[in-house]
Formats: sequence, C-alpha cells, structure tokens
Amino acid sequence: MKVRILVSFKDSVLDPQGQTVKNALHTMGYAAVKDVRQGKVFELDLEGATKKAAEILVPEIARRVLANPIIEKFDWEILKGRQGSSP
Amino acid sequence: MKFGVVQFPGSNCDFDTFHVLRNVMKQDAVMLWHKDHDLKGVDCVVLPGGFSYGDYLRSGAIARFSPLMQEVKAFARGCGRVLGICNGFQILLELGLLPGAMLRNKNLKFLCRHVHIRVENEKTDFTRAAKKGQVLRIPIAHFDGNYYAPAGVLKDIERHRQVVFRYCDAGGTITEEANVNGSLAAIAGIRNREGNVLGLMPHPERASEALLGSEDGRTIFASLILSLEGRKPARRAAVRKKTGHD
Repeated sequence: MKVRILVSFKDSVLDPQGQTVKNALHTMGYAAVKDVRQGKVFELDLEGATKKAAEILVPEIARRVLANPIIEKFDWEILKGRQGSSP
Repeated sequence: MKFGVVQFPGSNCDFDTFHVLRNVMKQDAVMLWHKDHDLKGVDCVVLPGGFSYGDYLRSGAIARFSPLMQEVKAFARGCGRVLGICNGFQILLELGLLPGAMLRNKNLKFLCRHVHIRVENEKTDFTRAAKKGQVLRIPIAHFDGNYYAPAGVLKDIERHRQVVFRYCDAGGTITEEANVNGSLAAIAGIRNREGNVLGLMPHPERASEALLGSEDGRTIFASLILSLEGRKPARRAAVRKKTGHD
C-alpha cells in the first residue's frame, strides 16, 4: 500500500519560503494568489499493511519523525490505484 | 575536566571544538562516535556544529536517533553538562532536551558572519565567567537559526530565565537589524530549566584565539570549567577564579 504524507507549517508559524513564492507570483502578475504555504511530500510504500494498520502506523511515523509537531502539521492519504508493487 | 565531542556523519566543527578544548583551554578531550553507546566517562558532552546527516528532513532531525544520543539524553537527565553549538543546538531541540524549534533564517540566506550576543543570564554553568550584560563577539554560520517557540512556551522560557544569550548590536542594544536571523525575542542561546543543558547558534570555538579575530568564545568554555571544577572543593574556589578572569 502506498501512502502520501503532506507536512506543512502550522498556520501560526511564519513560512518565509511560502512568502517569497507568493511575492514572486505577485511580481509575475498573479494577483489572485492570496497566500502560499510551502510543505514537504513523503510517499511511503508499506509492505502488507491493511488500511487499519496504516491508520495507526502513518500518524505515528509522521509525528515521531517526518514532522516536528512544534512547528509543523501533517495530512495523509492512501494512494488509490497504485496498490501493490507488481503490475 | 574531561570533554567529549560527538561526531556525526556531516559534523564539520568537531576538530575545531576538540582543538580549542585541548590546546587552548588545556582540558582533557575525547571524540565520541555517534554509533557507540560509550560516553567514555566525560564530564561534559559537546555537540559540535556542522550538517549532521546532510541536514536531511530537518536540521538535527536524524542525528537525534543515533545510538549515542540515547546515552546523551540519559546523561543530561542525570544532570550531566551538555553544550550544543549550532547544529548541536538544533539536535538538542529535536531531541526535546531544549524547548522550541528552528525555522529558516528570515531572509532565507545562509548567514556566516560575526555577530554580537548579550549575556542575559550570567548565573549559569555556561556563563559564570561572564559579567552581567556582557557583549560577546562570536561568529554564526547557519541557515536554520530563526528560533521559534509557541507563545506559552516562550513565556515559560522567559519566566525561568532560560534565555542565556540574545542577539544585540556592538553596544549591547537589542535591535531588529542585530537580530540577523529573525529569532523570536532575539534568542541566540537557551538553557533547560535544570540548567545543565545549553544550546546556542554562534560558534564559541571559532572565537577562542586572538588570531581568529575574537577570544570571546572562551568565556563559555571557561565558565563550564569553573562550574565543574569549582563544584568539588568549595564554591569559594570558583569565586576566586572568577575574579581572576579578564
């Protein structure tokens, strides 16, 4: 099973990289862009994991390693149509 | 007094730190390998600057899982002295031995220059050789040194006098320009509540010899030596040595 984890800064934390991207977009004329938040994407291939097991495992991994809970939050999803490694 | 300098893959201030401890401060010093479990009976663990594990994921995020760091954690819990410099500070934050986290510098630039820091608390094991409000000139070299803590945590840190250094100008005034990386409350270094763990972004080992432009960094190492050596006979010995400094 493949899962995708998205880690980004909490809303309360300033994201200077996102701000810089936003400023660049404004300079280019994309005035409609109100805000930009930059994050990180992780794709994990879990061997033999059931949906139930993933629901325990993935948040644990995200909290302990992938995100720093002081400054970051995370979302995750199971990638559909890409389950298993063989074609 | 015996110092141990921890080496991770990607550490690059390990030998500078080792050199200063052994040849400048004239102390016993050993290297500690991140994969070992042995602290070799040191009195103080130093986590040096560098880019442990290439700063992958987040600065210091991987180093904290090293076998040796589990020993360092136990050592710190038992009141052993731990000093984290730059990447070492980042590791201590990730490890949870110090509160808060590091964000990218506010201008998104790697900053490598001399800065001034003001001693905010001279009654710590890391600053007792300094005078109240003394300004130290020490270089920084980092990308992620923009200190952050949630409002409640910051309040706690201030209340327990855990802020040991703040960025300031040459005269000791805290200004926005002097706070080069945008740190919350201009924080350059903090200690834990118990007082045995300190993390700071500036590099005292790069400012310990006149030839390198500043000797101010020695104050931090000298303080550690005073506090550990002065502890054994009597507090009087430490006071006598203290007045002999500069």
